[in-house]
Amino acid sequence: MDILDTARRTASPAAGNAMTSEMLDTHRIRLTARDVTVHYGTKQALHGISIDIPSHAVTSFIGPSGCGKSTFLRCINRMNDTIEGAKVGGTIKLDGEDIYDPSLDVVELRARIGMVFQKPNPFPKSIFDNVAYGPRIHGLAQSKADLDEIVHLSLRRAGLWEEVKDRLSEPGTGLSGGQQQRLCIARAIAVSPEVILMDEPCSALDPIATAIIEELIDELRENFTIVIVTHSMQQAARVSQKTAFFHLGKLIEEGNTSDIFTNPVHKQTQDYITGRIG
Amino acid sequence: MTDAVSPSGTAPSARTLAIRASLRRRHLVEGLFRALGLAAIILALGFVTLLFADVLRKGVPAFMQSNLHLTVTFDPEVIDVGPAPARNTFTSEAEYSAASLKWQRDVALLNWNKIVETALREAAPAGTEIDTRQLLTVAETNARHQIREAFVADPSLLGRSVEIDVLASANADNWIKGNIDRALGDAQQQLSPAARALIDGFVADGTITTGFAWAVLTNTDSRAAPAAAGLLGAFFGSLWMMLIVIVLAVPIGVASAIYLEEFAPKSRLTDFIEVNINNLAAVPSIVFGLLGAAVFINYLHLPISAPIVGGLVLTLMTLPTIIIATRGALLGVSPALRQAALGMGASKTQMVFHHVLPVTFPSILTATILGVAHALGETAPLLLIGMKAFVASVPVSPLDQATALPVQIYLWQGNENRNFFEPRTAAAIMVLLAFMIVLNGIAIYLRSRLEKRA
Repeated sequence: MDILDTARRTASPAAGNAMTSEMLDTHRIRLTARDVTVHYGTKQALHGISIDIPSHAVTSFIGPSGCGKSTFLRCINRMNDTIEGAKVGGTIKLDGEDIYDPSLDVVELRARIGMVFQKPNPFPKSIFDNVAYGPRIHGLAQSKADLDEIVHLSLRRAGLWEEVKDRLSEPGTGLSGGQQQRLCIARAIAVSPEVILMDEPCSALDPIATAIIEELIDELRENFTIVIVTHSMQQAARVSQKTAFFHLGKLIEEGNTSDIFTNPVHKQTQDYITGRIG
Repeated sequence: MTDAVSPSGTAPSARTLAIRASLRRRHLVEGLFRALGLAAIILALGFVTLLFADVLRKGVPAFMQSNLHLTVTFDPEVIDVGPAPARNTFTSEAEYSAASLKWQRDVALLNWNKIVETALREAAPAGTEIDTRQLLTVAETNARHQIREAFVADPSLLGRSVEIDVLASANADNWIKGNIDRALGDAQQQLSPAARALIDGFVADGTITTGFAWAVLTNTDSRAAPAAAGLLGAFFGSLWMMLIVIVLAVPIGVASAIYLEEFAPKSRLTDFIEVNINNLAAVPSIVFGLLGAAVFINYLHLPISAPIVGGLVLTLMTLPTIIIATRGALLGVSPALRQAALGMGASKTQMVFHHVLPVTFPSILTATILGVAHALGETAPLLLIGMKAFVASVPVSPLDQATALPVQIYLWQGNENRNFFEPRTAAAIMVLLAFMIVLNGIAIYLRSRLEKRA
């Protein structure tokens, strides 16, 4: 434990986060996963994942391709339900409530747990309609003025308002890749979800757009619980406070980001972050 | 040759030579395929051009027709009938209509041919020797109905002379247009020498002029008066059927496709259904006609020859096309869009109706219009449900007897007065093609507009 403590003290440059690990420890736990397994047909994709995800922080899932990190992310808002032959076992609780409870409506769950996908996927509708869609279907806006306000606020929070305020009626698909992804983030936060899941949100973007999104993620932490899947370890180190390393469908190691990157317990984690596997 | 410029300055290696040798063969194959493709396109275009040119060459003259300008005298000696009953002399509507009908019947029994004959004789140059039967072959046989109807509509014409345009007979029209070889002997001509001379005289003095053949568009089919035969009845028959197809096949087809593609669980049953739908699309259309005759007419006792049955049969025929096209379009929607919608908490129905359908709408619409256009041109199944009957009225409801444009073409093509009906068949084909081009034009216009918007 001595080694770990030493590492923790010297971790700050690698983490680069305003929040220290001690602060993270005081965070409330928002999501708890216990012994989560996923089968695609006969193939087991996830082996007993157990993890706690803290509120108002960024948790990143890292690991080589096919390690199950995206699969696990999709368990959290039950997107795996839409995949033919996928079977999820174990329990995942959002604020103590089992999200796989049969009495729970998956539509309501997805209104509470928003998602941003790998490839920006705005609806082929206007920028306004993209952001307004969620509040509209969930009946969150009482009036047109209300809706305008939600759209305005969401775009502002996503850092897109200044760029699109004069062309809200233009199609969202006409924006650049980075803008589209921020539009998708605005769309996700428009329904004020408790958790936002991000599945490699920057993998289709150039470095500048990536930097903007990373900055945005850091700001969004104030209001939302964020879980991000990323291929880039630098990104995980830059934006997250907690990191979980997945390998071959198993959760190998999880902990404060600073610890994982400076002082991994497992050899596999060390090999991955130093580039020997992946 | 290229040795000198090879970068290393040495002779090309064996590897390079091998690549070059295979290159020559690959270019040859590519050139061959291009030439074949080009030849196929040219051949196809050639046939289409030939078809259109032939139809136009034959059909365009049929849109011009000979009209006879006659001064008709409503001679009281021939029109020996009492005054038309007036409404105010009767106490009830029933009595009035009974009297009115009796009067019309009396009018119909009069010798209207005498009136036509007199009018023709007056128009003929002085001293023309021609017997009545031959004289009457100059005007179409519906001339007497036309004159009678003018009288029924306005009984005050009695004793007066008015200018009335009637159609020249089909044979006269043929003679004028030269559809019949003028050099043929009398025995082979359809008109007597006296009648032919009279017609030539009429053309010379302007009694017969050529005008646009409105009859083709505004009249129903006619056997007794071929020159007056038109497509109006068939057009409305087709229109009714199309309406039925659109109203039934589109919602049922699109809904089935959406259910099968988006909601149905993937099971052996849905696989079985899918295979059967694909097979249905390949079933010959005449089989659908048999089915229609057996089910809709024999079992459900729907009226024979009616557009409702035709429409139902064509609906069955069009359904697989629409279902397959719609499923294809739904399948082509990117999973990203579906995930985006589901991820926002949209229900499956909302995902389909808010996002997937709007994106696929242009292709569904195009497939639908093409399917309907295909149904519009279908003939075989209609023959089996009695829609090839001769119908000389416009169907005012889908339950009335009717025929359809393609069936009308089939009927005209088989008409014994070939000289006259061959051009008219081509004209009918032109009307049908114009109808289809309009439909396809609408499809293309809507598609491009919707795609621009999306």
